Amino acid sequence: MRLLMLMTLMASLLTAQTPSPAPNAAPRGNADNGKKLFVTYGCYQCHGYAAHGGAGGDSLRGGPRIAPKPIPFAAFSKYVRRPLDQMPPYTEKLASDQDLADIYAWLLTIPEPPPVSSIPQLKE
Amino acid sequence: MAKRKKTAVSRRGFLKGAAVSAAAGAAAIVAPPIANAEQAAAQQVAQRTTPAFAAGVLAAEARPLATDLEVLTVQDPGSDFMVDVLKTLGFEYIAANPASSFRGLHESFLSYGGNRNPEWITCCHEESSVAIASGYYAVEGKPMAVATFVPAGLQHAAMTLYGAFASHNPVYTILGNHMDAARRRPGIDWSGHSVQDAPAMVRDFVKWDDTPISLQHFAESAVRAYKIAMTVPYGPVVVVADSSLQEDAVPDRSKLHIPKLTLAQPPTGDPKTVAEAAKLLVAAESPLIIAGDVVRDEEGRRLMVELAETLQVPVQGAGRGMPNRHPLSGGGRVGNADVILGLNLSDLFGTIYNFRDQQEVSLTSLIKPGTKLINISAYDLNVPRNYQNIDRYTEVDISIAADPQATLPVLIEACKRLITGDRRRVLDERGKALAAASAQALQRARVEATYAWDATPITTARLSVEVWNAIKDKDWASVGGGGGRLWNNDKFYRFMGEAGGGGVGGGLPIAVGAALAHKKHGRLCVRIQTDGDLMVANGAIWTAVHHRIPMLFVMHNNRAYHQEVMHVQRMGNRRQRGMGNAYIGTTITDPNVDFAMLARSMGAYGEGPITDPKDLGPALRRAVERVEKGEVALVDSVTQPR
Repeated sequence: MRLLMLMTLMASLLTAQTPSPAPNAAPRGNADNGKKLFVTYGCYQCHGYAAHGGAGGDSLRGGPRIAPKPIPFAAFSKYVRRPLDQMPPYTEKLASDQDLADIYAWLLTIPEPPPVSSIPQLKE
Repeated sequence: MAKRKKTAVSRRGFLKGAAVSAAAGAAAIVAPPIANAEQAAAQQVAQRTTPAFAAGVLAAEARPLATDLEVLTVQDPGSDFMVDVLKTLGFEYIAANPASSFRGLHESFLSYGGNRNPEWITCCHEESSVAIASGYYAVEGKPMAVATFVPAGLQHAAMTLYGAFASHNPVYTILGNHMDAARRRPGIDWSGHSVQDAPAMVRDFVKWDDTPISLQHFAESAVRAYKIAMTVPYGPVVVVADSSLQEDAVPDRSKLHIPKLTLAQPPTGDPKTVAEAAKLLVAAESPLIIAGDVVRDEEGRRLMVELAETLQVPVQGAGRGMPNRHPLSGGGRVGNADVILGLNLSDLFGTIYNFRDQQEVSLTSLIKPGTKLINISAYDLNVPRNYQNIDRYTEVDISIAADPQATLPVLIEACKRLITGDRRRVLDERGKALAAASAQALQRARVEATYAWDATPITTARLSVEVWNAIKDKDWASVGGGGGRLWNNDKFYRFMGEAGGGGVGGGLPIAVGAALAHKKHGRLCVRIQTDGDLMVANGAIWTAVHHRIPMLFVMHNNRAYHQEVMHVQRMGNRRQRGMGNAYIGTTITDPNVDFAMLARSMGAYGEGPITDPKDLGPALRRAVERVEKGEVALVDSVTQPR
């Protein structure tokens, strides 16, 4: 229950619950490199290879979905440097500002999922 | 009284002969040279009349005789009586990896007991034996027996025995040992089969143990052990079956008595205190029930629903104790609640506090000031000892140490008495809002599953949906994993009770034991199987195939002990060294394991590895067809980490 509640809270902080970012508010980033860095830095370990979020675990539970519609870059960068909850911190020594910009650029490329109605397995 | 069959030479006769031979041999060594055979014979006859010779014969008479020289067979061995005792306890199965320390009992179960009630289940590791018994209980609600030996067998069993202890599972362990030093075989029985205090190594995490030294003692302790195991809160027990008691003849059956088993009724909460709890719950504006492993049967589930509907209160947790599509299931928020009722929570503290695992750990209360906490738990009846299978001390307003299911009728009636007509209308309005929120939550769960729907590796959400589609039209039962709002938990047996204490490796054999319990009902059993867990004790797949226990394993194969990857990553980040080394010692790659081939090697049906999510559904349907024919099947799906 606690897990679900926290995941819901984090999801609301980090995804579509927050206002959509203004694309020009983020520094220029290389999305292809960002996709690689998302793996290199282990972001996918909690958030999944498609940044879609993960489930399960104890204090190492899966992280929330962070794309599509990521939070504004400033909030994203601030959270990565000084996470509020369980996420390990990524200081500038580990990931440069440009690295974060590249990852963010990749997050912006992630498309919306297909509608529920288009997936037969989700029909009751 | 049983009689031992004897060889043609009587004991007395044999001893006399042996003594004579021995005396003659000794004389041959010390006597002076003799001129001829006639003189020698005369001398020997003369020696037989001396006092020293007579004393020697008497001493030989009293000396123990090597049994392999005379007593070759036995009727009515002690282990037959032990089987009679254990049969009165109603065991359906007994799980064991074979061992000589219980060879007498093993043979008695098969030949004397007819290998029925209990039927012998062949296991490849004692860890699996106990886990299978634990899984069986988590479905069937009664103990399964396990046989093992000391020291190695019990050492192997220790991990899952602790798991049974931590999850309150009444695993019934029969432990072979050799107490009588004079009866031990040289070598192996000393170094490998004999312990002075055999259960000592697990005493910290079993509820009770005993070492009977007679058959009557065994009968009483065996029945007592069952009663203790099945007294709330349940727990594992160990009864030693000494090898001499197993293998010697029963001295006198007429003097043995098997005591009657009468189980203790689970304790009900004090009615006055329960009434106080009811008063708080009825008056609350935003009450919340958070339940652990509470109910034991359909009746308990009905009571949970009745309490929720009486109060129109959301219920979180509860597992099989609450239908997950019920409008009051899964809603509510800890942070909004003004009264929280906890039922058998193994971690109440962790439910109301958020523990932040950073370099400097911190706690944040999740409840608002003034929230009243009511705790009804049988776990308060535990006395924690060395092992810390308790949570951090939690301040509550009302604490009732009792069995929640037994207390529910009292609580429901107390609540009903307090609900006036006006209050009823308020509660019903709250119920309508909760029902609407529940419907929205189900729809949100469907939307959440669409994210990365076609991703490779396969998302855990898609895995869950595909499995659900493969089983939803069957009489299915989860024997580990799955669930969420998208699986319709419409019957008590769809999910199992709590089993295991967190040790990696117990999950697979627990699932086999659970499927064993479902077998007679013909249910389609499915287990979402992690790769790290499977690598520990996968011999249990063979056990399932061997004993024709139909079940489906669907791999959540992220090729890692993923939690440990995350732990090392966390350390690397805190220390600003990065997570580049986090894969060393935590991943199951190079080579990747071919789990389908592994399953096939043990006679199961295997498919995979499946990496394209589009291939998963058809593979699952093929596997379900095989399971419905009575086979064990494994579908290896390569998944996202979480």
